[in-house]
Formats: sequence, structure tokens, C-alpha cells
Amino acid sequence: MAEAAQSTRGDHRLAPHLGRRVAIYLYRRPGLSLLLLLAPPLLWLGVVYLGSLFALILQSFFTLDSFTGQVIRKLTLANYSVLLRGANIDIIARTTGMAAAVTAAAAVLAFPLAYYMARYATPRQRTLLYLAVLLPLWSSYLVRVYSWKLILAREGILNWTLVQLRLDGILTWLLGLPVIGGPSLSVSPLGMFLVFVYVWLPYMILPIEAAAERVPESLLEASADLGAHPAETFRRIVLPLVLPGVVAGSIFTFALTLGDFVVPYALGNSALFIGQAVLAFQGTAANFPLAAAFTVVPMVIMGIYLFAAKRAGAFEAL
Amino acid sequence: MRERDVSSQATGGAGGIRAGAAQVPAVRFAEVSRHFGDVRAVDHVSLDIYDGEFFSLLGPSGSGKTTCLRLTAGFDHPTAGRIELHGVDVTGIPPYERDVNTVFQDYALFPHMSVGENVAYGLMIRGVAKSARAARVQEALELVRLPGLADRRPSQLSGGQRQRVALARALINRPRVLLLDEPLGALDLKLRQQMQVELKAIQQQVGITFIYVTHDQEEALTMSDRLAVMNNGRIEQIGTPAGVYEHPATDFVAGFVGVSNLVSGATARAITGAAGTFTIRPEKIQLAEPGTPVADGTCWVDGRIGDVVYLGAHTRYRVDLDPGGELVVTQQNVHSTSMDVLAARGRRVRLLWPKQHNRPVATTG
Repeated sequence: MAEAAQSTRGDHRLAPHLGRRVAIYLYRRPGLSLLLLLAPPLLWLGVVYLGSLFALILQSFFTLDSFTGQVIRKLTLANYSVLLRGANIDIIARTTGMAAAVTAAAAVLAFPLAYYMARYATPRQRTLLYLAVLLPLWSSYLVRVYSWKLILAREGILNWTLVQLRLDGILTWLLGLPVIGGPSLSVSPLGMFLVFVYVWLPYMILPIEAAAERVPESLLEASADLGAHPAETFRRIVLPLVLPGVVAGSIFTFALTLGDFVVPYALGNSALFIGQAVLAFQGTAANFPLAAAFTVVPMVIMGIYLFAAKRAGAFEAL
Repeated sequence: MRERDVSSQATGGAGGIRAGAAQVPAVRFAEVSRHFGDVRAVDHVSLDIYDGEFFSLLGPSGSGKTTCLRLTAGFDHPTAGRIELHGVDVTGIPPYERDVNTVFQDYALFPHMSVGENVAYGLMIRGVAKSARAARVQEALELVRLPGLADRRPSQLSGGQRQRVALARALINRPRVLLLDEPLGALDLKLRQQMQVELKAIQQQVGITFIYVTHDQEEALTMSDRLAVMNNGRIEQIGTPAGVYEHPATDFVAGFVGVSNLVSGATARAITGAAGTFTIRPEKIQLAEPGTPVADGTCWVDGRIGDVVYLGAHTRYRVDLDPGGELVVTQQNVHSTSMDVLAARGRRVRLLWPKQHNRPVATTG
């Protein structure tokens, strides 16, 4: 009888009872809980991401039989020696130069805004500014790039405005410059630079804002209290403490520019960028090993960049 | 004669109220107000603090004491009024041009610099040569009894050590006035008491004017040469610790500085024969048997012990008075044990105290 009573009571309590037992079992085995929690992301990161990365790097050491078009699975540095030759080294230099210029410009533009958001904006203003920074990311990247192509075209609104203001002489002069110039803004490295800075700016603003927010007001007051002018306080206190945020932002802008192929395709001229080269080699030429070797280049450049930033003490305030 | 008296007091680091008559005050607030919208954080404060004084601003949170400190440092500027440092009007002057330094409540140590670099910061800004800096840093760290830690990072220090670094950093510039914003607030009781003694010793050693903000009345009483009690942005009373404790000017001061009984209305009339509000300190009152004869010049009132709190060294009684109201009485536990005092609950008693301990006060509501 007692057993019957227990089972009827157990019936409607079965689910919570089981849940409770599982909870207690896991509570006493924190290692197991952690494993269950981390297994999906670890599988994703370890197998899917690192695995394909490894495959990519391995691929870059293979070569293509130029007769049959078959991949020869024998490790060789042939692709890398091709990379360092003539037109290919130009592609790498061009892309890295653009990435550096875009990163520097984005940092200079983002810093004041991010600093204002973190230190001076009221909560309402900050929300509005966040929205303004993030809103462009809600629309398609392709749409934005092609909108810029229209804006920057010779018949576009920017040129028209400059003509109305009788400032088109400046633009003509800029476009006449070697390396950065071209027939119009929509087909020139200068125009490409403008669009790159526009599309990657949010990725620079947000980390700087987060870093600036973490600097307590009292540190700035203490610096002033000890006799430092605002410029000195900025150089000795604000900049070192916000620098990790700038570096974090620059990782985004630098890496995204290095790997992009849409903007150079839409606004560039015949001079290729790394992303375009990868696309061309693995698409039209079907030379996967050389395409893979090209993809390794941005990774190596990023590695060197982070190493240099660490050596320069950019992460000391972390 | 009087002149010499004044100067000896000033150099002795214990300038009293009288010392100021002949000298320019280190800090002067003249009708200073600071309003944030409708909030009057500081409201018509006038104040003179003299050279070499240990001066405390005492008050509950929101009383305006920290705002006063920030106005002195230059982090904030008054809505109205004038602030002078050693006779010079500094009302619109930024902090980096004022000869004052601050010890912040959160210490505000620079996290990306070592302890040595933190302490040397003021010297570096002033362009003192690196070799000279090292010696001064050493000296400053010895003053706060923290030698040998110059290479550590602030994050590697305990709260008490950080507090000392903040003090060394503020003192190394040898300012004429040092501002301390509840510097011991984050420390535990033992360490706080030890630092109180040390701070006072350091102040006497360096002879700098200290302005010390605290909400802890015991701290203010033990450390200060003089103190100002603040409430709602106004100064309620300025005086020596003994003066403020013994002669509270208002009911707020009487209640905030130490524990005090406030007697008014019908109860006051029953005791003194007049309706004027007065305060009486709990430790001045004697507990006696009912019917004990009353001597001349002694106030008395009968009542029943309502509550007993045994506090180790002394006991606190709440006595419900026959004319209405209650009085708190504290007695040293010289001969009594906890059993004795706890058994006193409910007993009828006569309370006696010398009339001169009654302090008539103004009520500020």
C-alpha cells in the first residue's frame, strides 16, 4: 500500500525529480558540467575551424601540375616562391598598404567619437550614437558598397556637389596623383580607401568605446591634480589605457581589409588585391594551392602586427 | 607676545582657532555655493582653514563635504562665491595650476605604471630629473612605510598598501595643502585605526595642511585640530573636536557627533522648568535608585529601564521617562557583569546629572 501511494505521488513528480537528480549529479561534478558546456564550441572551433585552417595551410604547400590540372600532393615551397615574385609581391604590398592606411584613418576618425560616447554622452545620447554606429551594419554590405560606387561616380552626388562649390579642382588634382589616383573616385584606390574606411569604421569605434568606458574618471583627475595639463593627461594616461581598444579595433579593420575582395572589385582598377587574387586562382584558374598560399599571407601579416603591438607595450594596461 | 604665540602654534602644526587672526588662511571659502540643477550640494559655505592645520569635513553622505573638497582641488567649480588658496583667488583655476594634491577615495593609482612610476608622476610632470626623482620616490615611500615596493604594480598590492602609495604620490609634490577624500573608508577597522595614527604622525612630520573628508565622527574627533560638521550642503558648526562634542550648536550636530539625547517640549519643561530644547550626553547621566536625594544644581527625572544593550566595556540603557519620552544612558561596566546589567530591564530608576551638561541647541529641523 505504501508502495502504491509512493508511485502515484512519483508519477506527477517524475520529471522534476529526474531533473533534480541530474542537477545534483552535475553539481557534484563541476568538471563534467564544464565539459558539456564547452563541447559544442570546442568541437566547432577545434574540428571545423582549426581543421579547415590546417587543411588550407597544408594545401598551400602542394603544387598544381600545369599539364593535367591535378593537385600534386607533395610538400614544396614552390607556391611561396611564386608569391614573392613580380606581380604577386606587388599585390601583397598594395593590399597591406591599403589595410594600414584604412586602419590608421579609421582609428583617427573613431577615437574622438568613441571617447565622446564613453565619457561625455548622456545615456540617451549614447544609445542614439550606438544606433547610428550600428545601423549601417543592418543593411547588406554589397548594397552599401555599390551605393558608394554611385555616390563616388563622375556623375554622382559627390562630384556634383564639388562642382557646385567650385572645389572640383581639388578632386581633379587628387585623382591626378600617381598610385592613389584614377579616372574617377569610383575607379581609384582613393575611392576604395574611402569606402573601406566607411564600411569598417564601426568595428573600430566599438572596441575603443568599450576601452574608454573602463578608464575611471578619478585617474584623469589624479593626473590633473599632480600637475599634468589635459594634453599630458591624454598622452600619459588616456592613450595607454585606451590603446588595447585601438589595437582590438585595428585587428578588425586590418584583417577585414586584407581579406576583402568586394570593394577592390567594385571600385578598383586592374591592379589586384589579395582577396581578388585568391578568388581568381581558386575560381578561374583552379589553382587551389596557390590560392591557399595567398590566404596564408594575411594571417602571417596579422601575426607580425600583433607581435609588434605586444612588443610596443600596447597590451600592458590589460 | 601674542604674535609669537600665533607663529609657534602655526609651525607646531596645531594651529587653533585663534591662530588665524593674524595669518592668511591656507584655504578660504567665501560664500561658496555649488548647485547641480535644483540640488544645492554646497550652499553658502564660508570657511577658513589655517596653515598646518588638520581640518576635517564631517557629515553624512550627501552633505556636500566631498563637493567642498573637489571645489578646493579644482575638479569642480562653484556656482557662486570665491575660493582662495593662501590669499590667491583660484575660483576659475584648473587643478593642474593649484598647489594642492589629493588622496582619492578609490586611490586612483595608474594601473599601467609601477608603484615607483605612480609616486614619481608629479615630479616627472614638473620635469624633475630622473636621478633626483628616484631619491625622492625612495624618501616618499619610506615616509609611508612602504620601502622596497617601487617595482610592483598597483594590482599586486593590498588595499592598505595602495592607500599608502596614493598618499606618497600626493605628498611627493610637497603641496601646501593635502586633500584626503575618505582615504580610510575601504580599510578594515584594525588597519583603519592604525592608519589614523600614522596619518596624524605624517601630518605633524611634514607640517602640511590636511583637509580630511569623513563621515566617521570618531575619526574626525581623534585626528582633527578643528572640524566642520556639514549637513545638506551647509556648515552646521566649526570648532575643535572637544568644542563640537561638548557644545553642539544644533540638534543635528548633537545627534551626528557621538550619541546624544535630545530633550524638548513637555519633557524639557518637567526637567528644567523651561520648554527650551537641550541635549545631554548619555555618559553624563547617572543611574540611581528611585527616591535618591537630589543635590543643588542637579537635574533629575524618574523612569523605567526599557531596554539594555550590553557592549562589553559599557552598557547602554534606554529609559522610558515618567513625563514622557526617553533617554539613552551609558554606564561603564566597572563592577557589574553582563548578568547584573541584563537583569536591570524593567527596573524603576532615577536619572541624575549635573545641570551644566545640558546644552541648549537650535533646532534646524
